[in-house]
Amino acid sequence: MEPGEIHALLGENGAGKSTLMNVLYGLYQPDEGEILVDGKPLKLKGPSDAIGAGIGMVHQHFMLVPVFTVTENIMLGAEQVRGGIAGFLDRRRARREVTEVSERYNLRVDPDAVIEDLPVGIQQRVEIVKALTRDVDLLILDEPTAVLTPQETEELLTVMRALKAAGKSIVFITHKLGEVKAIADRITVIRRGKTVGTASPEASRDELAALMVGRNVRLTVDKTPATPGEPVLEVAGLVVDDDRQIRAVDGVDLTVRAGEVLGVAGVQGNGQTELIEAIMGLRPVLAGTVSLAGDRINGWKPKKVLRAGVGYVPEDRSVDGLVKEFSVAENLVLDIYDRPPFGAGLALKPDVIAASAKERIEQFDVRTSSADAAVGTLSGGNQQKVIVARELSRPLKLLIAAQPTRGVDVGSIEFIHSQIVHERDVGTAVMVVSSELDEVIGLADRIAVMYRGRIIGIVGPDTPREEIGLLMAGISPDAAHESNTDAVPGDGPATDGSPARDAGSANKDEA
Amino acid sequence: MSTMAVPDIAVAPVDEGFWTRSRKVGLTLLGLGLLSAVLFGALATDQQARFTLSDDAAGAALEINGTIGAILFGIIAIAAGAALLAGVPKRWFVPVLGVGLVGFVLSFLCWQVSAAPTGQNFMPLVNIIRGTFILALPLIFGALAGVLCERSGVVNVAIEGQLLMGAFSGALFGSISGSVWVGLVAAAIGGAFISLLLAVFAIRYLVDQVVMGIVLNLLAVGVTGFLYERLMQTDAARYNSAPRFSNWEIPLLKDIPVLGPALFRGNIFLYLGLLLVLVIHIGLFRTRWGLRTRSVGEHPIAADTLGVKVLRVRYRNVLLAGVVAGIGGASYTLALYSFTKNMIGGKGFIALAALIFGRWNPTGALLAALFFGFADQLATYLGAISSSIPSQFLAMLPYLATILAVAGLVGRVRAPAADGKPYIKG
Repeated sequence: MEPGEIHALLGENGAGKSTLMNVLYGLYQPDEGEILVDGKPLKLKGPSDAIGAGIGMVHQHFMLVPVFTVTENIMLGAEQVRGGIAGFLDRRRARREVTEVSERYNLRVDPDAVIEDLPVGIQQRVEIVKALTRDVDLLILDEPTAVLTPQETEELLTVMRALKAAGKSIVFITHKLGEVKAIADRITVIRRGKTVGTASPEASRDELAALMVGRNVRLTVDKTPATPGEPVLEVAGLVVDDDRQIRAVDGVDLTVRAGEVLGVAGVQGNGQTELIEAIMGLRPVLAGTVSLAGDRINGWKPKKVLRAGVGYVPEDRSVDGLVKEFSVAENLVLDIYDRPPFGAGLALKPDVIAASAKERIEQFDVRTSSADAAVGTLSGGNQQKVIVARELSRPLKLLIAAQPTRGVDVGSIEFIHSQIVHERDVGTAVMVVSSELDEVIGLADRIAVMYRGRIIGIVGPDTPREEIGLLMAGISPDAAHESNTDAVPGDGPATDGSPARDAGSANKDEA
Repeated sequence: MSTMAVPDIAVAPVDEGFWTRSRKVGLTLLGLGLLSAVLFGALATDQQARFTLSDDAAGAALEINGTIGAILFGIIAIAAGAALLAGVPKRWFVPVLGVGLVGFVLSFLCWQVSAAPTGQNFMPLVNIIRGTFILALPLIFGALAGVLCERSGVVNVAIEGQLLMGAFSGALFGSISGSVWVGLVAAAIGGAFISLLLAVFAIRYLVDQVVMGIVLNLLAVGVTGFLYERLMQTDAARYNSAPRFSNWEIPLLKDIPVLGPALFRGNIFLYLGLLLVLVIHIGLFRTRWGLRTRSVGEHPIAADTLGVKVLRVRYRNVLLAGVVAGIGGASYTLALYSFTKNMIGGKGFIALAALIFGRWNPTGALLAALFFGFADQLATYLGAISSSIPSQFLAMLPYLATILAVAGLVGRVRAPAADGKPYIKG
């Protein structure tokens, strides 16, 4: 690293980028090797040593205490105190420092705001200010754009340029090629814990992608135009609350037809999760209706919804999709274990289950040591394939896939995408929800954008990214002149502060 | 396809409907008020109910006719309930609720005092206030121990055990040495010993903190019970006759009417308890220690990335909690009674309730502890005036109050986010 340089660290999920940076920040201890700062080896016993050496880090999952104010978060660990041993906090001095730093770098934050009330983009700004007040020379940004709208990302890139001009060095960790090309001075690509190459930003996307995954990959999804049929899923006026009884879905109308893919785009935490869970019967519907092929299904138990011909790929496979301790074979029949041919009366039929598992492991290219291996021992991509295999093995009317390729390697992404498209082509209605805009654009025949619990717009897949990006930020291009409501500020608070919590996203590249 | 215009994308406020919490509480209060005005009014006698400002029947007093008082205060409760039902601004909720509950209690007291046997138709306020504080004292210490522990993210179910161990070691070492101060230090160490076990198993070995707390309570009962039978019962003069702190009168403050005699002629534990509430409150919200403690209890990973030593903060706080609870236990054996088997008798759990009722806040915990202490004292008082209510019901009063308080009146409580979650680095 050189002073005033932006160095991008590029690699797939699980390639070891974050681990490397956590070592650099003193959170993990290296097993071997050493870190050199200004030519001298540096031994980091903990984050305070790293901060002392001028290294700051903005973590992928923000390290902010939600109930503290901005100032409290920034002063934590480096408190200004008065009164000797008693150590009374000198809040006034801390506030002044926050204001000073945020003005110097043009990072406006309200020092007295409570973190949980702030939108994600501002929280990230607080993280950066926090690092800057500690006088760092090297700032590590770990996947900073994963939870941002395209507009917020643009702002962040501006901030990064300003920091660079002020002589700070930045390590920018990402898997998004577009951002790297836009801002990096130098690029290091990491694969499976090893540096596989350095590149300049002039390198083409394909070259970089090939370096990342080790072989040439397609960056688009091959599909023929859709031939939509009858409406299969109809959602009207749906209202759903989240776990904290805060309105999450606020009057959603949707139709998904047979043989088409409806993509639902949006920044995480705008009601997508609750929408799907309500359709699946996992969350009470407060108002509105959900119908499947003409039958009203709200109020049905999830099992009944599944058996009515709905396939469901939940957004967090480790929580909802799989029982990690169960074997691959068992996970493959979780939905129909009690039905012939897998179960009879009170008993299961292990032979049939094993035989069917073997077949599907082959068909869906699940890489596992055996069908009896616990599913938790598989890689993310293969776990996801187990879910897809299970869900697609039933005759479906509707397939709902939430974040179908989050944390999945590129090879598996291709496979899962082709399976989804294939399902569409045989006439199933498909709804794909993803916070990864490129995935939605690649798969969908129509794109619905969710913002604060509503569908703010439904557009075609050939709509410019920028326009969809604006919609994701709550700005509807037509709304401004068509209706007489107030203009929507771009950085108004998101529905809640939660999107930051699960920021993991699929490793698809920027198109 | 073109973009659809969406006219309004503001977040709709959460619509609770008509029956907000405030209204539900109001309705309950209205019902209680009606009950007291009608029932207590009917049961009260025409005797004067005297609320004396002293320790006994003598001296100045507030006097009211029993029936009139019961009905009048019942009506006040009804009015408060009706106000809540009609809807009051949010910041008025607590004061109005307070007025209503006080009205209900006073109505009840007018009935009880007026119906007491002749010659006992008085309630000595000084006595009641003092009793409330004395009974609340172990709860105050216990709840503070809970605050210290849980604000740093370790659930403290072992308060009962800490109190008991403190009471026991205070009695034992106080007796052997003949010094109250040695007893006090021993009590603190005794409480800290239980805390140390909690800390090591919860923080180092990641044992479930609630289970560990319960086990430690049982351990404390077993160990102190065994030693009590083997040592204290065989030679009580030597092992179970600790000296006691005498009452210290605080100059000036002791002359305040009512409060002076009730509070400022007490023993060291009362002053210490109140002082600790103040110190811990300021410490938690105004000092570096407090900021770090709270950060570790809310988001330990964030604290770690800023160089805060998460585990060290937790160890320190859990041990401090043990010291506080241990001293709380000594407030029994070094001031009031000699040690008996299982003498804490569940107060540690009520302290836990006070902690939750007080929303993990030292001042809140103090108020909650006083509330429970008052319920307890009331039961004692009603027993003394041979109330017509069976004594079993009176003994239930504090627990009933706990359930009501913890279930309904607190509203939504938010524990420290990392409370009970072990921190594993990396």
